[in-house]
Amino acid sequence: MTTCEDPSGYKQEDEFMDILEERRRSSDLGHALRTFTPSPYRGAPPLSAGALNRMVLESQYLRYVTKEVAMETGESVDLVREEASGILDEMSQNLQLGFIRLLGFTLSKVFKRLFSHININQEGLNRLQQAIQESPVILMPNHRSYVDFLVLSYILFTYDLPIPVIAAGIPLMDMKMVGEILRRSGAFFIRRAIGSDKLYWAVLSEYVKTIVRTGYAPVEFYVEGLRSRTLKSLTPKLGMMHMVLEPFFKGEVYDITLVPISISYDRVLEESLLAHELLGVPKPRETTMGLLKARRVLEDDYGSMHVYFGMPLSVRQLTKGRVDRCEYNLLPRDLPQRPSVETQECVSWLAQQVIRVQEQSSILSPWSLMACLVLQDHQNTDPGEEQEKGLSWELLTQRTLWLKGLAISFGARLDWPEQPPENQVMASSMALHSSVIRCHQGRVTLLEEEGPVGAGPFTTEEGVVRRARAVLMVAAYRNQALHVFIRPAMVALAIHTTRSSQREDIYSYFRFLLDLFSNDFIFITGRSSQDFEEACSLLRKCGAVQTSQQEVTSPEEGQRTTSFLRALLQPFIDAYQVVFSHLCLEDVEVFTERQMVPAVRSLATKLLLSGELTSCDALSSDTQKNVLSALLRLGAVTRLRTAEHSEFRANKPAISRLADTLAGRLPVQTAPNPRL
Amino acid sequence: MASNNNSSDRQRIAQQRLSRIAAHLHKHEDGNSGIIAKECKIDATGSTEENKGTVPRKRQEIMKWNGWGYSDSKFLFNKKGQAEFTGKRYRLSGMTLPSLQDWFENTFGASVKHKSPATPVLNASVVPPPRLNEAFVENLKATGIPFSNEAEDRVFRAHGHCLHEIFALREGKKFERVPDMVVWPNCHNDVVKIVELACKHNVCLIPYGGGTSVTSALECPPEETRCIVSLDTSQMNRILWLDENNLVAHVEAGIIGQDLERLLNESGYCTGHEPDSMEFSSLGGWVATRASGMKKNVYGNIEDLVIHIKAVTPRGVIEKSCQGPRTSTGPDIHHFILGSEGTLGVVTEVTMKIRPIPEYQKYGSVVFPKFEAGVACLREVAKQRCAPASIRLMDNKQFHFGHALKPQVSSIFTHFVEGLKKFYITKLKGFDPHQLVVATLLFEGDRERVLQHEKQVYDIAATFGGLAAGEDNGQRGYLLTFVIAYLRDLGMDYCVVAESFETSVPWDRVLDLCQNVKERIIRECKERGVQFQPLTSCRVTQTYDSGACIYFYFAFNYRGLADPVHTYEQVEHAAREEILANGGSLSHHHGVGKLRKEWMKDSISNVGVGMLKSVKEYVDPENIFGNRNLL
Repeated sequence: MTTCEDPSGYKQEDEFMDILEERRRSSDLGHALRTFTPSPYRGAPPLSAGALNRMVLESQYLRYVTKEVAMETGESVDLVREEASGILDEMSQNLQLGFIRLLGFTLSKVFKRLFSHININQEGLNRLQQAIQESPVILMPNHRSYVDFLVLSYILFTYDLPIPVIAAGIPLMDMKMVGEILRRSGAFFIRRAIGSDKLYWAVLSEYVKTIVRTGYAPVEFYVEGLRSRTLKSLTPKLGMMHMVLEPFFKGEVYDITLVPISISYDRVLEESLLAHELLGVPKPRETTMGLLKARRVLEDDYGSMHVYFGMPLSVRQLTKGRVDRCEYNLLPRDLPQRPSVETQECVSWLAQQVIRVQEQSSILSPWSLMACLVLQDHQNTDPGEEQEKGLSWELLTQRTLWLKGLAISFGARLDWPEQPPENQVMASSMALHSSVIRCHQGRVTLLEEEGPVGAGPFTTEEGVVRRARAVLMVAAYRNQALHVFIRPAMVALAIHTTRSSQREDIYSYFRFLLDLFSNDFIFITGRSSQDFEEACSLLRKCGAVQTSQQEVTSPEEGQRTTSFLRALLQPFIDAYQVVFSHLCLEDVEVFTERQMVPAVRSLATKLLLSGELTSCDALSSDTQKNVLSALLRLGAVTRLRTAEHSEFRANKPAISRLADTLAGRLPVQTAPNPRL
Repeated sequence: MASNNNSSDRQRIAQQRLSRIAAHLHKHEDGNSGIIAKECKIDATGSTEENKGTVPRKRQEIMKWNGWGYSDSKFLFNKKGQAEFTGKRYRLSGMTLPSLQDWFENTFGASVKHKSPATPVLNASVVPPPRLNEAFVENLKATGIPFSNEAEDRVFRAHGHCLHEIFALREGKKFERVPDMVVWPNCHNDVVKIVELACKHNVCLIPYGGGTSVTSALECPPEETRCIVSLDTSQMNRILWLDENNLVAHVEAGIIGQDLERLLNESGYCTGHEPDSMEFSSLGGWVATRASGMKKNVYGNIEDLVIHIKAVTPRGVIEKSCQGPRTSTGPDIHHFILGSEGTLGVVTEVTMKIRPIPEYQKYGSVVFPKFEAGVACLREVAKQRCAPASIRLMDNKQFHFGHALKPQVSSIFTHFVEGLKKFYITKLKGFDPHQLVVATLLFEGDRERVLQHEKQVYDIAATFGGLAAGEDNGQRGYLLTFVIAYLRDLGMDYCVVAESFETSVPWDRVLDLCQNVKERIIRECKERGVQFQPLTSCRVTQTYDSGACIYFYFAFNYRGLADPVHTYEQVEHAAREEILANGGSLSHHHGVGKLRKEWMKDSISNVGVGMLKSVKEYVDPENIFGNRNLL
């Protein structure tokens, strides 16, 4: 029902309303102490944290695994059981209404200070309320900021819906107090590297499955696994996905409802931190002190936040014909069972589907569009003269308005008010980002981070990093808009690179791009031809291409659109090529990820300084890691299992073939990847 | 008390039957069909008993041609709007059921004002003319085996009791294909002759026993171009001998359940095989579909009861050479015949186990606060292997359904006692009337042991929160299964279609399967435009060591639907898919027929289907037994 035209179910009449407005008018205390009587799935009775833990510990499944682990390790069953109990204590949430109230009160204060508006679509909440009655619900927000964590609980509390149980990373737990606060607000904690710890997996999956089965609270988790530092969607992690879906596959619940949720920020709290991390300044450990120090962030203006509750997706309907639930018939249901290949593919497809919906219903700020243009201009300017010149405000305005039209025709959802005049909308949107960009004397320029006070002159390499930091911060906002343009951009690039008008050639290069970049952009497996057709039709709509049965051509008058789109992809292509050329160097044979990242970074810095490279994305460690994953997936790099760190071996001929194909020097090899 | 009731019932029924049989004999003497009934050669054992079965050749003389059971027994709403059950055959016969109308109207959103009456008589113009194979007919005449090609006889054997079949009869729809003639063999040798002639003249044979199939097994394949002959076994209904040393009886396979029990009872024995359809279904039919009786916990299912089977196939007669209670002689050839659904041949004679009639019988019931508790109790009973002859768990909907069938209470005292019971269970014990379920029990054996057994079961039930709820509730539960098919006819008079289906499933999936299948039905109905909430109800009817048999009722008010049968079939199809996805079997005892053929490959694997096919190819290469069931 929801897979085809507009999976987000977005309708024009979907209206956002600001939940802070009410908070600014009435007492926060009254809000925190309001009567709270949500109606859960099938009127499931509330389950205390202790009772839940007991159910998990006494489950057949856990007993079975406990016995198995005891046999393997030679420990006594009791000892293993105790261990399991310990894991559960570390993991389990302890949702308490009192805490939710306290939190509600605090968050009201904090949110009002940080954000001018928190806009939510009330229609989506109504749908959610309906869904919660009918089947266990999984809330699946995207993850862009730590603020994501409690905002949903806050909204659900406000609207009298059951407070979700939230999957969180262990590092959060280690923060003093914060861990406990989160735990009492319904968070449960998952270790980062579980690896092959069988007992841990068993406890975790039984815990999650028990919550889903009983349905007393929605489960909330981030399908991307981590907070995205690039503000782009991340490749979905499937472990949790499998756990929440299994009760449906095994027939323990009639259906499960996935609710994709898009959280969009005008400005992300952690923006400068993110850029630092991408450039190799290690991520500060998440400590309470760190958070308190971050109090200065409270003094800044972060504009609006949008939370869009998507159309509930019925797992039963979506998996119809894709999963044969009979595969679970021949093993006792309490025993662990590895899902079949079809089921695994289906789960992965579902996750991609959810991410697509999240992207489609995310809200773009005017600044996201401006960021695309500012960066393109920045790329095209020689670094030497750029400081003086910058982009003129007029030109930026004119281009942004053009881009706004394009984005809307591509189906983007913009937060662009009708009043005040467009110029002012842009100015105020940009003003939120005054730490990286400024309009001075009619020229828009990026700001570099100032060095520590009293520090001497810095090296040219340091200069590159400082510039890069600003660029990457802006790039993050560009990234928020990429999902709108990515498929048409790939078609535009395919037409340009193949220099062919044959639909067949263009499509095969398009597929090559989808495949190569599928770690950086999330595509739905098995949908490449639809993606291609849809992209062509969008481009045709705005006059950028003409299509016939056999041909796809780009007319002269569409150049503005196509060159903009190609330029949007250029930084990624450059970054991939930099990594490719690094890996093809003679002295690179067997390497670890830890060795690769700084080496690529220094190569990129060198190229930036020499002017051979104009975009800073190659410096981003996330992009570099994505290239590595792509190469692994494509078989151009192989993993050697040694010791604790994975080592990799580069297959140089394969990599240079990829590089040549990407650059259009080689035709796409027609050994189609069966995945696409 | 229960046993007294029973024996007086039994006497009454026996008397009725005698008088009816006398009537049949008269009819035969009239000889209006002009067919000479020739007795078979006397068997070795010397049984020369006259045919005195319940079922006459002209079934339509005592049974409905377009509904369930006897013509004289039916439910109707009388002028006062009260439900009545007509006739004299059953415990409910002649009684008014004051609460049925309310239940009916509230459950289905139906109204006694909205009638959907059936076509009263068969219109001969909707029946295609017979395509006779003249040579076959000539040869058959020479044998003296009675046959007919009258429309009524042929139509009666063109269907079983699937909803779509009965619905079509009621609507007076045109038939695509019906048997071209009906033959009534009197004994095994007659069958041998018929099968030989059928092979010689390439005629399609469809065995017909009691006609109670609910799997479209009796439907004639529309693509069949040969002459189709319905082989009605009803006249092969004698007990040929009874062996009190080994406790076995040798019986002709056309005998129907009630006759078999009655005849054995006369000698102080029973088979204990009591499928819900036993009033009409036949021994041969049980063998051909792998039937299950409600008292299988004591007596076993049909495959446990059968000692020897004789069947006629196009290749010849298949049977074993001895009656050893168990043999190790390769795969058991009985299992090719058990469940063959008339695709390989005709079962003509069966030797089956008999038991002395139990000294004492007692019904019982237990009320549980919730279905989950009831299932847990049944599971425990199965684990301890102390199941009574029958133990069934009815869900809440069925409990209320059963209550709607309570006859008018005559004495104020009974009324008062009923009220007290209800008060005790719902108020003092806090059972929610919309949640509570009831398990019905039937104990058999010698008195002392029954009482002991009863205590054991009630003790287990108590640990799951169950409260003993009396014999009456128990008995009414079993009553429901015998009159349910009559009730379907009543529903169809008022725009309600209904059907039942079954499965078997491991214990750990029972609850989820029940819940998911009900939910699926409700949602599918909604999606397909059914305007009223459907009734979905289930019961656990059999317990096994490792699982249970689940029986579903499904009914809805079809007002506002263009093609209710089609809608119904889609929903049933979805329900079956849901059963399979939840680890349930394709069928526990109804069989596959043509209704569920599409799932056979997934159910028994390609190799399994291949094995069955190769047996069919060897035994019946010309597809003489061409009902196209199973494969």
